[in-house]
Amino acid sequence: MKEIVIVGAAETKRLGIIPDQSVMGMAVESTLSALSQAGLRITDVDGVAGVLPVVDFAFTLGIKPRWIDSTMVGGCSNMFHIRHAMAAIQTGRADTVVIVHAESARSRQGSPSYAREPASLMGQFELPYGLLMPDTRLTLPAMAYLDKYGLGEADLAEVPVAQSRWANRNPRAFRPELLTVDDVLASPMISWPFHKLECCPVNDGGGALVLTSLERARDLNLTYRPVRIAGSGEAVETPGTPFMEDLTSSRAFRDASAEAMRAAGITHADVDHLMIYDPFAHTPLYGLEDMGFVERGGAVDFIRSGATGPGGSLPMNTNGGGLLYVHTGMYGMYALQEAVRQVQGRAAAQVADVTTSLVLGLGGMFAAAGSVVLQKSN
Amino acid sequence: MPAKSLPQPTPETAMFWTKAKQHELWLQKCEETGKFFFPPRPASPFTGGPAVWERVSGRARLVSFNIPHRAAPGFEGEAPYIVAIAALDEGPNMLTNLPGAAPDPTTLKIGARLELTFEDRGDFSIPQFRLADSQ
Repeated sequence: MKEIVIVGAAETKRLGIIPDQSVMGMAVESTLSALSQAGLRITDVDGVAGVLPVVDFAFTLGIKPRWIDSTMVGGCSNMFHIRHAMAAIQTGRADTVVIVHAESARSRQGSPSYAREPASLMGQFELPYGLLMPDTRLTLPAMAYLDKYGLGEADLAEVPVAQSRWANRNPRAFRPELLTVDDVLASPMISWPFHKLECCPVNDGGGALVLTSLERARDLNLTYRPVRIAGSGEAVETPGTPFMEDLTSSRAFRDASAEAMRAAGITHADVDHLMIYDPFAHTPLYGLEDMGFVERGGAVDFIRSGATGPGGSLPMNTNGGGLLYVHTGMYGMYALQEAVRQVQGRAAAQVADVTTSLVLGLGGMFAAAGSVVLQKSN
Repeated sequence: MPAKSLPQPTPETAMFWTKAKQHELWLQKCEETGKFFFPPRPASPFTGGPAVWERVSGRARLVSFNIPHRAAPGFEGEAPYIVAIAALDEGPNMLTNLPGAAPDPTTLKIGARLELTFEDRGDFSIPQFRLADSQ
């Protein structure tokens, strides 16, 4: 089967608060930037995937795609797009695919509104109880997890504390300050036990990836070495957290990551770098355990030990994560961008000798998960 | 101030809301496996086979909660308020605001016994669970 590689990966020049650029403006900027890394032009693109309106995007840039994917499963949609684009390129349905993301969640420039239908499952069975935003809907199972393992508020705070050691080395991080547990606990309470620094910010930004076959990549004038997509997995579980099969574990996390690792033929020991989607502080705890890196209930101690920080055995969320780097609503693109940069050796807080990076994306309220294994290509 | 949200029943959920209006909690049960499930669905998620409606006990325990400080529409006057998951003795999880309980995390214990109550709201009655010893 054809090897599929990433030959371009770019974010918008600015991240965070961008009041003078629309969703489409950021999508175009990052796409042109990613294509330029591969020496490609718009006319070379024959496949487009994204959550934003794909027809509008193709029209805006004058792309005439013969393959599109607008799968929308929340923040890990771009992981799903990668998986689907791989299959499209391998089966000849497209040669060069752009996967694009942009959101103006902060500045609301050309941004869609999220309708909440009163007849939906959320509308009937969550909204009447005052669950509206992810800071309540997604965080709700965390107490079941903390209580099960005898953990408390200060333990949850270890997640942003550890990630601040990465954010502090990243000039593009929205929250670059080095944090202590006390800093986290002193930040405003959002939804107990989650304080502000355990919840992602609401930002503007965009990013794009360009995928093609390794065969075609060899003929391109590339700025950076192509990154091999070695494996992928996707899974869905539930429309809302009250209906998870187990409040202390995500089946979607387990299934998607296991399939990605199996497809790539890697074991945990092969993973040099890890990204776990972190809109809130509990999801890296679930992810580390659901992916099998630590035993059940052991994630906080693992993080507290420094294992996931600079110089640790399993560098994780090395851009600062969704909590501290940027979060536009659907963070998956930024986790993928950081993994690509780490494999290419051009990250702001570069980890030495990254051959294999594993990315786990979360969608919705533990609704979905997409996982991708990225490797150095030979 | 906006009102608290009301559900809009669908053909699959109408039975649930009709019974709730009568202050009874009815859930679906898979005919083949005998397992209860929630929320209501057109078929059993365990087998794809038929499901029957049955009244449940309303006994439950507290399995998770949080305390939002930013209010959803209609909850402005109550923030911080409790959002909790009640695990029914019959199996499925449901939501509750633990009416009558103070939003104090030190007094809310995972595993606490809960009992069914109903909150009349507009044309609907919303199933709620309160701490069993709060009477």
